[in-house]
Amino acid sequence: MLLIECPYCGVRPELEFVYGGQAHVARPHDPAACSDEQWAEFLYWRENAKGVHAERWRHTHGCGRFFNALRDTTRDQFLATYRVGERPPAASSREREPQP
Amino acid sequence: MVDLSSARQQQVLAPTPLLKQLPPAARLVLRGRSQVLAAAADALGLPRSETPCRAVRSDVRAALWLGPDERLLLGSADAAAEMHGLLQRALAGMAHSLVDIGHGQVGFEVSGARAALALNTGCPLDLDPASFPPDMCTRTVFAKAQILLWRTGATTFRLETARSFAPYVTQILALAGRES
Amino acid sequence: MSGDLRAASGGRIDRNRVLRFRFDDREYTGAAGDTLASALLANGVHLLGRSFKYHRPRGVLSAGADEPSALVTVRRDAARMTPNLRATQVELYEGLEAFSQNRWPSLELDVGAVSGLLSPFIPAGFYYKTFMWPRGAWHRLYEPKIRAAAGLGRAPEQADPDIYANRFAHCDVLVVGAGPAGLAAAAAAAGSGARVILCDEQSEPGGSLLAEPAAHSEAAIAGEPAARWLTRTLRQLTAHPRLTLLTRTTAFGYFPHNLLGLNQRLSDHLPRPDPGQPRERQWQVRAREVVLATGALERPLVFPGNDRPGILLAGAARTYLNRFGVLPGSRVVLVTACDAAYQAALDLHRAGVSVSAIVDVRSGAPDGPLLEAARLAGLPVETQATVLGTSGRLRVRAIRIQKLDSAGAPAGPVRRIRCDLVLMSGGLTPSVHLFSQSRGKLAWDESLAAFLPGQAVERVRSVGACRGVFSLAAAVSDGTGAGLSAARDAGFSVSAAIPEAPLPESAAAGRPGALPQPPGVSGEKAFVDWQNDVTARDLTLAAREGFRSIEHVKRYTTTGMATDQGKTSNINALAIVARELGEAMPRVGLTTFRMPYTPVSFGSFAGFARGELFDPVRATPMHDWAARQGAVFENVGLWKRARYFPLPGEDMHAAVARECLAVREHCGIFDASTLGKIEVAGKDAATFMNRMYVNAWANLAVGRCRYGILLRDDGFIYDDGVVARMAPDRFHVTTTTGGAAGVLALMEDYRQTEWPDLDVWLTSTTEQWAVIALQGPAARRVLEPLIEGLDLSAGAMPHMSAARGRICGIPMLLMRVSFTGELGFEINVPADFGLPVWQAVFETGQAHGITPYGTEAMHVLRADKGYIIVGQDTDGTVTPDDAGLAWSIGKGKPDFLGKRALERPALASPYRKQLVGLLTRDPQQVLEEGAQIVPGRHRSAPEPALGHVTSSYHSARLGRSIALALVGAGRSRIGETLYVSMPDGDIPVQVTSPVFYDPQGSRLNG
Repeated sequence: MLLIECPYCGVRPELEFVYGGQAHVARPHDPAACSDEQWAEFLYWRENAKGVHAERWRHTHGCGRFFNALRDTTRDQFLATYRVGERPPAASSREREPQP
Repeated sequence: MVDLSSARQQQVLAPTPLLKQLPPAARLVLRGRSQVLAAAADALGLPRSETPCRAVRSDVRAALWLGPDERLLLGSADAAAEMHGLLQRALAGMAHSLVDIGHGQVGFEVSGARAALALNTGCPLDLDPASFPPDMCTRTVFAKAQILLWRTGATTFRLETARSFAPYVTQILALAGRES
Repeated sequence: MSGDLRAASGGRIDRNRVLRFRFDDREYTGAAGDTLASALLANGVHLLGRSFKYHRPRGVLSAGADEPSALVTVRRDAARMTPNLRATQVELYEGLEAFSQNRWPSLELDVGAVSGLLSPFIPAGFYYKTFMWPRGAWHRLYEPKIRAAAGLGRAPEQADPDIYANRFAHCDVLVVGAGPAGLAAAAAAAGSGARVILCDEQSEPGGSLLAEPAAHSEAAIAGEPAARWLTRTLRQLTAHPRLTLLTRTTAFGYFPHNLLGLNQRLSDHLPRPDPGQPRERQWQVRAREVVLATGALERPLVFPGNDRPGILLAGAARTYLNRFGVLPGSRVVLVTACDAAYQAALDLHRAGVSVSAIVDVRSGAPDGPLLEAARLAGLPVETQATVLGTSGRLRVRAIRIQKLDSAGAPAGPVRRIRCDLVLMSGGLTPSVHLFSQSRGKLAWDESLAAFLPGQAVERVRSVGACRGVFSLAAAVSDGTGAGLSAARDAGFSVSAAIPEAPLPESAAAGRPGALPQPPGVSGEKAFVDWQNDVTARDLTLAAREGFRSIEHVKRYTTTGMATDQGKTSNINALAIVARELGEAMPRVGLTTFRMPYTPVSFGSFAGFARGELFDPVRATPMHDWAARQGAVFENVGLWKRARYFPLPGEDMHAAVARECLAVREHCGIFDASTLGKIEVAGKDAATFMNRMYVNAWANLAVGRCRYGILLRDDGFIYDDGVVARMAPDRFHVTTTTGGAAGVLALMEDYRQTEWPDLDVWLTSTTEQWAVIALQGPAARRVLEPLIEGLDLSAGAMPHMSAARGRICGIPMLLMRVSFTGELGFEINVPADFGLPVWQAVFETGQAHGITPYGTEAMHVLRADKGYIIVGQDTDGTVTPDDAGLAWSIGKGKPDFLGKRALERPALASPYRKQLVGLLTRDPQQVLEEGAQIVPGRHRSAPEPALGHVTSSYHSARLGRSIALALVGAGRSRIGETLYVSMPDGDIPVQVTSPVFYDPQGSRLNG
């Protein structure tokens, strides 16, 4: 069970969270203007990163907020978590492990 | 015509030293942006607070931080209409959502020297006062149920859960309370 | 028999508290403080079981968690029967009853031992090679036979009556292992103010110190005798208010982010446990810092006949002698590959046991203080020798040894030495199980001949013997240093100087692998894995057959795959394979350490999550009323819903038919409280609803309802429900029972992440409202007398309208909606008033033939009307048009969830599966839900199905069966005959409209 730092509530156990898929996949502002290929890409194509992966989590059994996280998929360690709308932190400041 | 206004029915749990069911309460979920939350606090005579996971309270009311745009406002059951009215007046013209969930949740008091231990039967949070001090409140899990946990004193917690989850939560707490 | 092989004094047992116990139905006595193994040894019982594959007689090998042989079943009663317990860890209590395993008819005379005679024909990989053919025979024939012949203990056949507890805990420093290093670490960390949990699998803390003789131990810590240090340190520890000491508690698993699973055995040592108290408690401990002080395990030596009863690990013999006061034999031969084991011979010699020989298998001229002490004591030491074999049927009687020449090969005369106890020590293996589970890298240390903890991933330190620091003073200093630094790293200020970490010591390196043997095949087996009966020859054979990786060798030979996970065997196996391959040991690899360290009961993992508490059981406010009416319930998600209300003598079919007719002809009352409810409120609520649902919401008047459909962005139906507009900025949204949480999460997702600019908020009100559905032509007449302030006439309150009012004085949200096709209302009252209002409505309805109906009748009634149930008539690949619901889509809307996807050609194809009705020729035949639909009755070749039946019932009102189905291009097939594959053949069906009843909706609008 991982420890995840909610950007609002602090470090909490994974039991309180739900995974939300890849982060920064913005819904096109004008879907009607998308080609079928573009729409399919938005719907279905996702990274399968070996290494740093930007992903969404929701503190479902907490403040209820969706937020983003950088996680190293090879070590299953969180490098950073940040609020929706914020840019992912720079790589240099990523080495941050949640502390119980 | 029958008048059932005094026929309110709750499943009531027999109190134990560890666990007491709290009487019905006024529970309003207020959601909105900062100015709404501040105006509501003013209207209810509560200190303004945006501190995550903290409750503020007066003698008769409390506002529990549930999320950055969400507060649970608690009061006595008979004051529900009054609270509702105060808030509607104070928040008129401001975009917000005010929803009565007074019947949707049940409140319990978990208290005593073994309160934290019993809660830790199903709650994965660190309930040491250093990590979970008085006035801290948060939604969390208790085994397979979601609960709202509020430390109201050194060894006293208020636990709220959706009414249909209450039997599950209280049965497990009762088991935990019997552990020597 | 009594414990007559007990030393007169010494040890940690209480000779005055005599405990009676039974083993294989014979009565024995032991002393308080004994384990089952020590008590049996004190009674001269060395034969404790039969081996897994060859049924060889086996005794006790070790004195702890590493025991591979002495597995027993402990029985309290028929339900409380625990198989496969290590006798070395079973604490003795008055009346304990234990049984040996894997023998028939008795331990002494075991007919299965004949498989030992056949053993030349059971080589490594035998199962794979022999039982491959014929296919199918494995499950039917071979496996049951093999399992019956070669097995562990039997599982009890009754449900486990005991209670198991769970606890989450947090600490600054978790110390695993309360030996000298762990105690020192815990004391140092607690002394710095840290919150400490110290756990140990044994009944008392002390670890290796418990095996030191109390009277005349040379062991000392900074000049203080070890026993006194232990007493003092324990007193100091228990005085710390923030230290939790857990004995009988095994740290069995190490999970990410410093979460460790501990299993605390609370009552297995008690003669009469309180059945109201938990038997075990599983802890999930989250620690800022972890200190592993898990010690080391002694390796056996691999020589022919090394598995007879009476052959023990040298350290185990010290434990039996010094901790339990047991003399495990009278004539002992020690075979050793390291210095430390000499202490066992010295201790036994001092206790009066005759030491016949010390056989040192090392080459060169080993020397050291212990060897010197042995020589001074006059013990016969044979250096540069090997063991050729042993003899003795149920107990070792003699050992044969031979000298090694300068090249290390056996040479010269063979010496046979009579003995009744053989001790062996191949060196110490640090216990790196938990460190490895934490994904820490292990590093091979050649001088120690051991894998040691290397680069850590978690915040973990290893101290003492588990990292090769074996000597007492160094281990204590190591523990102190780690305890201090762990406290410091957990955020506590540490004033004491942190001692420098001592270096690992090679004195206990020993000699992994098999002892040299003369050329030619020995008839006797040299065991590597006692529990799975794997021999040195099995391993060399596997290597010769081409297995290169230890992971493959393990699976082929099963070495290390028993419940002991190879605690005593892994390093020897690795050395044998490496030698055969001519490779260095680290190149051959090390098998993965997995949790649990020792077996953990299922009960511990289940905790309270069993029976009624396996899952939350959600009940509505009217549940008990329904139960009193005799309702039969069904599970819908976690909810209990009344499925039907049988009258005496009625089966489900009859009850459902009666309930359906009552709704069609009079009035039915239905508990709809489980439907999800979400209050969508805020200035932009209508905009939000427009973007989420397919429908047009802007033009929905306040006080009106609309059937809403929610798609995912892929265009497929996700949920549906009636939505009422309660105010310009407020919608009361209902969802399916099972979809409630998912819909709220989906809405929150878009609200928070896609449209954070909208002023709209969501609140679940599912449990705030009890919902009473009143359906049928008499519904208005039942309701009217109970309400105030509302005009229920069709003009004032038409179908799909909503209003606030009062019922019996209770504030109410009334919706005129119908899922039955009849005139209907849904009364929403605050949940605590649900039951009284329900009872009042039911009372009033008596004059109108009111009938409670359940979910089954609800399903039939809605199917009459062709109303879909999401998840039954849809499956995540159904669009609104497929379901015949394209009319619900708001035409002028620029966007909504799924709109773009619906424009993809594949989703607009006329050949898609569409919802239709099916009518069987035989009106009494009810199709099976899920049955496949095909175009023709006679098929010469497999052909793709056109679709499948999604809903199928007998409709009481229509007096015949009806079905809904998804059929390719279904709407263009209306009128055609298709066939439904049923178990007894293909059934012809006519394709029809999915609306079977009142297609004009005149009843609905009445």
